Amino acid sequence: MKTRISHISYHLPKNILTNRELASILKCQEKELDKKFGIISRHVRNEGEVGSDLAIAAIDNRILEQKSEFDFLIYCSESSDFVAPPTSVNIHRRLKFPNTCACFDLPLGCSGFIYSFGVASALISSGQANKILLLFAEIPTSVIHSEDYDLRAIFGDAGCAVIVERTDSEFQSKFQYGTDSEGLKFLSVLDSRTKSPINSNWLEKYKNERDFLAFGRMEMNGLEVFRFSIERVPTLFKQVLEKHDFTIEDIDLFVFHQASSLILRSLQKKLNIPKEKFFEYFENIGNTVSCSIPIALKEAENQGKLKEGDKVMLLAFGIGFAWGGTIIEWKKLD
Amino acid sequence: MDLAEFLEVLREEFDEIPSELITENIDFRSLEGWSSMHALILIALVDNHFGVLLAGEDLKSVSTVAELYNLVQNKLN
Repeated sequence: MKTRISHISYHLPKNILTNRELASILKCQEKELDKKFGIISRHVRNEGEVGSDLAIAAIDNRILEQKSEFDFLIYCSESSDFVAPPTSVNIHRRLKFPNTCACFDLPLGCSGFIYSFGVASALISSGQANKILLLFAEIPTSVIHSEDYDLRAIFGDAGCAVIVERTDSEFQSKFQYGTDSEGLKFLSVLDSRTKSPINSNWLEKYKNERDFLAFGRMEMNGLEVFRFSIERVPTLFKQVLEKHDFTIEDIDLFVFHQASSLILRSLQKKLNIPKEKFFEYFENIGNTVSCSIPIALKEAENQGKLKEGDKVMLLAFGIGFAWGGTIIEWKKLD
Repeated sequence: MDLAEFLEVLREEFDEIPSELITENIDFRSLEGWSSMHALILIALVDNHFGVLLAGEDLKSVSTVAELYNLVQNKLN
């Protein structure tokens, strides 16, 4: 049994952090920031807004109409509402999903879309499900210190909802995954859980930060993340092509995780992907972690860059370090 | 690619820096506006043009464009 992405909807919080604001804080020129990051603005969650709020806000009427048809609701995010139960359960309860819809979470970051789509495809292919709702919600701004300007410039908050279902199409997406756990040293949010819980010193140190940075502080070695991306992604690219017995010419559109303009530009050049086939969508939303690929797919269709039957390569990579990739055959979204 | 060609690539890439300032003996960190982002661009350029992926330590060990070029050549040999 084959699968297709039949619907995508997304939500961006109303708060916007512009380069003008960042430039006034940093006392630099707005244009410098535009050029440095390739991002002009990004969305930031409202006070008290949590992952389930963004995921629910991303769910449109089209999805609600099909509520009784979902076999699974999978919530993929690095931001859970509670330690337990899973956030998917909270969403299930808030939206009154029927008890025939099972729930679980996948706590992944930038690679999360491929892993979630891969799991959903496996559940459908093995006959365990017919239709699955994938929800992505990312609030990286909740773990970024106000003085970590590069991180504030790169990341944005978002929620996204994707329906994956059975299809009669002949095309079979194949998946490639991998992890380099040494990457934990270079990109992480290590504090705030059982391994190193926050304490009174933490609360004192971060007393002027929103929520005392109580969900932890993101730490990134930008150089190592960049090296990982330009070293690993080309291998992933080759593996995914080989798995499908395709060459680069067989691909109509390349939609990679929208990590940063520099990473994307470097990959496009290194992989010799024609610019017109390399889709980018981050200028006004930044890096929205696991939401970035489905948002880009939705926008690519809106902009007329995708047509029925197109082969689209999806590659995601990031925290872990983790990566995953596949190729889909595009069907017009419902 | 020889050093002169490498300098041309750098001048083209760093078009916000006056091209006459980008010479083989310039300490690139002394250039006005030099940032950590430029270091990443250098790594990408070297990777693209020479197939050598520099580490952070490699970059720290050199100051000038000529030293960088020689470091890359040593890695290639």
